[in-house]
Amino acid sequence: MIPVGFDYQRPESVDAALALLAEHGDDATVLAGGHSLLPVMKLRLAAPEVVIDIGRLAELNYIRVDGDGADSYVAIGAGTRYRDIVVSDVLAKECALLPAVTRTVGDPQVRHRGTLGGALAHGDPAGDLPAAILALEGTIVLRSPRGERKVPITEFYTGVFSSVKEPDELIVEIRVPRTGSTGWAYEKFTRRSNDWAIVAVAVVTAPDGARRIGLVNMGSTPLRAKATEAALAEGKSIEEAAALAAEGAEPPADNAGTPEYRRHLVTVLTRRALQTAAG
Amino acid sequence: MKVEITVNGEHTSHDVEPRTLLAHYLRENLGLKATNIGCDTTSCGACTVLVDGEAVKSCTVLAVQADQQSVTTMEGLDGAAQGELGHPVTKAFRQEHGLQCGFCTPGMVMAAVSLIEENPDLTEKDVREGLEGNLCRCTGYHNIVRAVLVAAGKDPDAAQAAEAVSDERTMAPGFSTGKGDQ
Repeated sequence: MIPVGFDYQRPESVDAALALLAEHGDDATVLAGGHSLLPVMKLRLAAPEVVIDIGRLAELNYIRVDGDGADSYVAIGAGTRYRDIVVSDVLAKECALLPAVTRTVGDPQVRHRGTLGGALAHGDPAGDLPAAILALEGTIVLRSPRGERKVPITEFYTGVFSSVKEPDELIVEIRVPRTGSTGWAYEKFTRRSNDWAIVAVAVVTAPDGARRIGLVNMGSTPLRAKATEAALAEGKSIEEAAALAAEGAEPPADNAGTPEYRRHLVTVLTRRALQTAAG
Repeated sequence: MKVEITVNGEHTSHDVEPRTLLAHYLRENLGLKATNIGCDTTSCGACTVLVDGEAVKSCTVLAVQADQQSVTTMEGLDGAAQGELGHPVTKAFRQEHGLQCGFCTPGMVMAAVSLIEENPDLTEKDVREGLEGNLCRCTGYHNIVRAVLVAAGKDPDAAQAAEAVSDERTMAPGFSTGKGDQ
């Protein structure tokens, strides 16, 4: 399978990439690792006229602690590859959920190419990373020639594969809280090792001690298990709280399972994840 | 668009359409046919090559993305150009009969080279997880895993025995161990 022909641009800086995006608008697509974009281009589900390759921009490739004191956070450049997240010493110490989730994305070859910013921009509701960033209550930093804005992940997605990101905006950074090396879990259910999750559940302990729960493939966007979180806050047991995990979810039907199956599965995975996170 | 890619240590340059996949560049422009195209959907790993030393699936990389970079195919492994098995991984695949029909083999070998480079101290579980992106439709995984263990300098019998013990420990109650003890 071969994509429809396109014009290829490889700008040397983020500013140059933004200028190209502003110039071409809806006709252009950003290419980072290409492991979501190239498959859909090969299937001709997407046929951009211009492809802007930001895959080599070193200024988008970093993992570091930024900010001061209680306001500090982990800043991850949007072009950071899965592999670099998996082996990051900073993340192992500061936000260990993220490398653990990323280790389950695709396979080693995919993790050598795919990027965090690319996964979030693609916004597949079956993807691991959008739900993990949602559980973390991360922030997405968008830049355009009009300036920079910070969008909480809770306000980022508007539907399947769609977000509030404007055509001239580029995800440049992802910020996650310093949740530490413990108090998290990721339960991903698949039939085969490198499949997409049928359902997955990410649990993390927030800096204020509350448990936050992100759900994969339980609706048109990544979801929070709000009812479960509220029940835990009221002092309910893990078993009682996990039984509420499907509340408000509208899971899809496909070859891997019915909505009813997923509604059951998510309660089991949430219980396991909460037990693991509790240590 | 003109690309310049160092392939197996040699400078190559061709004028290609931007939509040309790296797998096609290697096979059609350079005539390097070891790299097979299987599923063409980033699943099977038959097209695995190294870009700057790391395994990637060349059906999901554009040739223009590899411009000015270094690519290694199975033809670039020690001795391959002379028709010999000079590389530890290719030697081990022969020794352990790590192939049947051979279609997945170039991808398996290149994935294994990358895996051993990243983690020389592999367990059997590491190998199985490390090859999760490569499918063998002959289902010859047992000997492929042994071959990669041998290439990493491990004793495959000991590594598999250790894995069997740890598997038994984590086995769910009532799950058959294949020993007729149910």
